[in-house]
Amino acid sequence: MSAWIRSLVCLLVGGWAVLTMGAGTPQETIRSAARKVVKLYGAGGLRGLESYQSGMLVSPDGTILTVLSTVLDTDEIDCVLDDGSRHRATLKGVDPRRELALLTIDAADLPAFTLEPGGPIAVGTRVIALSNLFGVAVGDERVSAQRGVVSAVVPLEARRGATEAPFTGDVYVLDCTTNNPGAPGGAVVDSQGRLVGMLGKELRSTASGIWLNYALPTAELDRGVRAIMSGTTGSVATDASPFDARLCGLVLVPDLLDKTPPFIEAVLPGSSAATAGLEPDDLVIAVGGRAVASRAAVERELGRLAAGDPVRLSVIRGGRIVECDLGPRPAAKE
Amino acid sequence: MPALHHRSRLAIAVVGTAALVLAASDSAVMADIDPAVLQAEAARIEVIRAASRCAVSIFAGDAGGGSGVLVSPDGYALTNFHVVEPAGPAMRCGLNDGRLYDAVLVGLDPTGDVAVIRLLGRDDFPHATPADSDDVQPGDFCFAAGNPFLLATDLQPSISVGIVSGIHRYQFPAGTILEYADCIQVDAAINPGNSGGGLFAETGRLIGVNGRASFEKRGRVNVGVGYAISMNQLRNFSGLLRGGRLIDHATLGATVSSSADGRVLVSDILQSSDAWRRGLRYDDEIVALAGRPVRTVNAFKNVLGTLPAGWRVPLAYRRAGRRHDIVVRLAGVHSAAELAALVAGEPEPPRGGPGPDAPRLPAPRPADRSRPSAETARLPESIRGLYDPRPGFVNFHFNAVERDRVAAVIAKSRPAATAAAWEFAGARAEGGRFQLRLADDEALIDLPTGISRIDPAGDLAADSGPPGSGGLLAALAIWRQLVRSGPTAVGGTTYWGTAPLDPQVLAAGFAAELIDVLEVSVSGMTAQIAVNAGGVVTQMELWTNADAEPCLVRFGSPRPDDPRGLPTRFDVSRGDEVFGTFIVEPAAEGQP
Repeated sequence: MSAWIRSLVCLLVGGWAVLTMGAGTPQETIRSAARKVVKLYGAGGLRGLESYQSGMLVSPDGTILTVLSTVLDTDEIDCVLDDGSRHRATLKGVDPRRELALLTIDAADLPAFTLEPGGPIAVGTRVIALSNLFGVAVGDERVSAQRGVVSAVVPLEARRGATEAPFTGDVYVLDCTTNNPGAPGGAVVDSQGRLVGMLGKELRSTASGIWLNYALPTAELDRGVRAIMSGTTGSVATDASPFDARLCGLVLVPDLLDKTPPFIEAVLPGSSAATAGLEPDDLVIAVGGRAVASRAAVERELGRLAAGDPVRLSVIRGGRIVECDLGPRPAAKE
Repeated sequence: MPALHHRSRLAIAVVGTAALVLAASDSAVMADIDPAVLQAEAARIEVIRAASRCAVSIFAGDAGGGSGVLVSPDGYALTNFHVVEPAGPAMRCGLNDGRLYDAVLVGLDPTGDVAVIRLLGRDDFPHATPADSDDVQPGDFCFAAGNPFLLATDLQPSISVGIVSGIHRYQFPAGTILEYADCIQVDAAINPGNSGGGLFAETGRLIGVNGRASFEKRGRVNVGVGYAISMNQLRNFSGLLRGGRLIDHATLGATVSSSADGRVLVSDILQSSDAWRRGLRYDDEIVALAGRPVRTVNAFKNVLGTLPAGWRVPLAYRRAGRRHDIVVRLAGVHSAAELAALVAGEPEPPRGGPGPDAPRLPAPRPADRSRPSAETARLPESIRGLYDPRPGFVNFHFNAVERDRVAAVIAKSRPAATAAAWEFAGARAEGGRFQLRLADDEALIDLPTGISRIDPAGDLAADSGPPGSGGLLAALAIWRQLVRSGPTAVGGTTYWGTAPLDPQVLAAGFAAELIDVLEVSVSGMTAQIAVNAGGVVTQMELWTNADAEPCLVRFGSPRPDDPRGLPTRFDVSRGDEVFGTFIVEPAAEGQP
């Protein structure tokens, strides 16, 4: 009982105190972090499709990270900085799996977030979301600030298939309505103004109709940016489709049933699968820690990885689980 | 009502018991908590308690309802136009003391979505203390107190807590007349029914009135994006609203747009506007309005939206690299007939282009929206004698109340033995001497350019002399009659509202002093007379006709040792022309 009360009291007043007594006041945190958030204007404006979203500066020379969306489907993407200055942005690259895009503007000495892949953010962390929601801030008006709490760290597809996003890793679920129209690409920071993550695209559960409020963790943003910079992301079309396991040196049993068990028929000599120690008759049960129940699921999971991402298979051999690392995934065949 | 009362006491008892359990359960728990946290908690509880006391739950029967906030001990409360519009002139309002009060409609600002109502039956209502909303910063904590989803059937308001998400937001009229300019954006939950309720700062002071929210695809419930009308805007309009008027918003008579390099330029201007007369032209760059810098079209609309039509405000513009500072009178956006039609519920064609995400209003209303019309609705007993609709007025009763209040202040300041004839003599700063005589049978001014004379009892409009003044003698005759005999002695006198005495003080924002203004209509002329808190007329303007440049007279403060309390100088101007600066000499020599 007393523990329950203790947590209740802390919940009631703790958050208040944290925000009011932190090293930086929330006002200061918002002021400094908002300078690193930009308003983006591009294609759209049709029914249900906004022509605006948010983005964040990730380098002083004008690299902007945002979500990959239809807003960017134009050669005329405008970027408005916190000081109200307007710049033409150029699409530099995309990460279709994480649905990220990098833009650049011609500028220098800008305040920018650092994508330090620090430790995971704990559930209960107080955060502030900064975004161009509903497009209400124009010109030199500061982006909107909302405060909330990280209420869960869970895979985005926790209810498999309920949300349609190619990204399947962990996201921060927030307890406030942050993911409004125009908010995708906005920054989520902690009370010190450190980047926690980026507001993702608007997602609605097909099962419950509920809109999800979430952010992609900074570490994932960092991986995405590095993938884009190194040119190892595939195109949307190839990455979304199943990946032929033979490119890793795996010959799976012929796919004859609705759920053909993913047994390995053969391992191509000299392949990464052979190097990893896979053997015929191994049953694949997980790709990258994600359970696979069928041959099709294996190729789908491999397809979700970007070229260059590490491939790790869990197989059952003789009643024991064996983990095999196949190294970086090769690019899909055109 | 007793049942409600009982229920609310029960609710208090339940909450109180819960608090006791919390407090007594484990003293070690409390010892663990940083005293600063406990202090913050205690402060917050106090702020919420105070906010709850002045929160009004408005019930309009089948017409729905909403929220309000008390701002004076005699029961004046702020709410939204869209809350009272379907309710009619009488409504029932609940406070958290568990009692229902009758209330009557006082004034409406349909464009700004503001209404003033008055709760009846007490002169010691708990009320909120306003604060300067320009001090509000993103990240500030805030509280919304109100009646979301009309849940307050026990008359206890709901409190939602959040932070200020943005300031100086502009929200398009979006298919309605309601324009939210310079509003405060919050992430505190603002749901249907919160409309009209107070937005409070962490200090417990009132910073705005909640009224709108962005809704889109998630249904008409809070998505963390609510908007409050700023306290500073409410303050600018409150004098007019208390005067029972149907209020219009302002236009400069010019439109602006952004140039390619981001400057705000005049894109169109009416040649009949005061701005044109004062020298504003196409392609001039607007730099500041009413003392606030203008860097975007939104900023221009934000400032303009907070200012009543009729005010004179400073405007700074740049042309060919040179800055010009002028003072411009703002005109009304609508005609009186248009405004009346709007309030009667006739739809207005949308003005600005409503965006795809045009926010809609949180106004919970049952399906049956039959409004009581003036003909069919019988006035409830509760507001008999307190409701008097007239053209241009929502409720003239309250105009008479304000007019009589100002008249009483003037009467108090008026020396008992004011001479029948007021005589002034002295030098004109521009050269030469003057003599001025104001009496019941004549108003006379003797200037180097000649003598002008009118009969104050006759047709004041017969002579707009002295020539070039725009009606100085008529103005002074009205002034003397008003001060000597009170407002009912001079034509039709109404309470106009409040305005800044000097337009330049608007730069001070919330601190800008606003003073009462009376309006006199006589012989086809209109005069506006500013009266300070001491009952002294400090300025007046007279229009010989609606399109004329008014004659502006500023009255210098009386000499402390002058028992008559008459001014020591008159500054008279018309448009940009100074007519004369009249310095009155001590009257000892020639006065009876």
